[in-house]
Amino acid sequence: MTSTPPTAESEGGTVSGTWTGGLRRAWMSKLPPEKLLPDRQPAYVASWIYVFGVATLAAFLVILASGLVLAFAGPTWYHTSSLGLFTNSMHFWSVQLFFVFMVVHLWGKFWMAAWRGRRAMTWITGVVAFLASIGTAFTGYLVQTNFDSQWISFEAKDGLNAVGIGAFFNVANLGQMLLLHACLLPLVVGVIAVWHVLLVRRRGVVPPIDAMDTAVSTAPPVADAVPEARP
Amino acid sequence: MTAHPADREPADHEPAAKHPDIASREWTGPWRRYDIVKEGVIAIVVVSILTVLLAGLFSSPDEPPLTFQGWASSAPDNFYATAVQELAGTSTSAGYGPPYNTAADGVSIGPIAPQQWFGVTHPVDTVNDFVITPLRSQQQSAGTTDALAQWDAAGPDQQAAWATAYDTALTTANGDATAVAAGDYGPVPALAQGLTDMASAGALDGILTSQGGFYQTDSTKQILFLGDGSALDDAATAAHLQGNTWGMMNETGSYPGQAWLWLYSFWYQLPQFNSDNPDDYLTSHADAIIFYVMAVLSLVLLLLPFIPGLRSIPRWIPLHRLIWRDFYRTQANT
Amino acid sequence: MGIRYLAGVSDPATYLSWGWLSISVPNLIVIVVLIVLFVLAIVLPFPKGRDES
Repeated sequence: MTSTPPTAESEGGTVSGTWTGGLRRAWMSKLPPEKLLPDRQPAYVASWIYVFGVATLAAFLVILASGLVLAFAGPTWYHTSSLGLFTNSMHFWSVQLFFVFMVVHLWGKFWMAAWRGRRAMTWITGVVAFLASIGTAFTGYLVQTNFDSQWISFEAKDGLNAVGIGAFFNVANLGQMLLLHACLLPLVVGVIAVWHVLLVRRRGVVPPIDAMDTAVSTAPPVADAVPEARP
Repeated sequence: MTAHPADREPADHEPAAKHPDIASREWTGPWRRYDIVKEGVIAIVVVSILTVLLAGLFSSPDEPPLTFQGWASSAPDNFYATAVQELAGTSTSAGYGPPYNTAADGVSIGPIAPQQWFGVTHPVDTVNDFVITPLRSQQQSAGTTDALAQWDAAGPDQQAAWATAYDTALTTANGDATAVAAGDYGPVPALAQGLTDMASAGALDGILTSQGGFYQTDSTKQILFLGDGSALDDAATAAHLQGNTWGMMNETGSYPGQAWLWLYSFWYQLPQFNSDNPDDYLTSHADAIIFYVMAVLSLVLLLLPFIPGLRSIPRWIPLHRLIWRDFYRTQANT
Repeated sequence: MGIRYLAGVSDPATYLSWGWLSISVPNLIVIVVLIVLFVLAIVLPFPKGRDES
């Protein structure tokens, strides 16, 4: 006789008592599909300043794609190949665009005081992403295998040695810097960026300062959606 | 309701009900149509096209690396003098301290001495790593071979005495080996000359890169040796890359550099961190002080939502009224 | 090398100096672009969206 599968019980359509069910319920309450992939946004999100976050992400994707090609071809390919030099140029300019867009995004978010309404973590993950990006770019400059990387490693070692970091983070060690630049740090930046974007999706875009929506009176904060019961 | 510390508190003269905490609530006001996927696709296409245009028009910087051959060929006297300093232990690398050796204590700010705490994690012996081992690695002229034999036969104290004496004499002669006073320098002049010849011929680059092995990806020794001389420093000065000329922000050629490092670079421009007096505390400890200052400032930026005063600047200078002008106009009309 | 690029980009940059302030022209361009983009972004009108209730 075949055993019947457990029926989905009342809690949001998940089998109660399961870890998976608990995780799914938590996810669906914080980031339901309409928040994750919205097709509407508050009417106040109407300014060109709002495009710089997605522009930063787009630049990050171009950095990753050009970096992937450079990784496959090795760190000295671009010195002797014109396609290599072009790929390196793609990587160089997408980094410049990345930082330009990120800084304009940062300025906009500051002047909008975008940390309001329980969005402190959004701000914090943004700043961490900024700092991690600077560190990632730094390792990139160190693995150019040209005069620039010679000078940068020679200078930077003093600052890092002075605070003890140089003892285990050796800017003159091409192998270490290359592995960190190509493997670890883009992953770190990517994870923080994803977290940052998910926080924006969860909390929504911050309302204007002193917005007075008369539809909201003294109702308690409702940050997460109430999960619908599924049949 | 407990206000989140990051939210603005209503001003003292305003009742809380007049400014309900909209920001932490779900938006129940008017919406507008939005297509997040389309926005992402447009952004990727636009940024990709922009990148291709910039890459195609301007290319990217790629100054060839300096080599020991280049250094020894263009500035043989300086290479020779540096080789002597490596033997005498008076070069910057030889006297650096951790993480390379114990010749110095490293930088400390009061009791904070991480450079010392972590110790020597990347040992560098300038005498052998930079001079003796490379010389031994290939067949040398008779004079250099004899010099090596004389060096090997002597004890460390004798070796140090020869090297120090010659270094002092060479410095007194302003780096002119032909004008050095007579003295007991042992094989040191021949060793330095042998290394200079090796470098000029291009052999030293390969030897230092491989360091006796087959695979090698750590360029520390080459960078330290190269930086002990004038070639690297002069090239950096010519390219405006020195720390006290905003070099941290700059790039070779006519390319944009790292504008985002402007604040880190700024401190190195202050005369307090740049004095000619090597005993000046701020100057000799600049690297550590500036690093800690930047760490604190980064923490301030990170924790901005919790810092009273700073977090109110957007309210005092209301640029937001420009950004959300349509919303405020609509709000005023309803 | 098959890449043609605008003449002079591999020549050393021009530097503008006022006292201890010194900036390369390319860096100055980047910073000006930053400011211009920011100002335009908050000043330029944004297309009116299709509203939902």
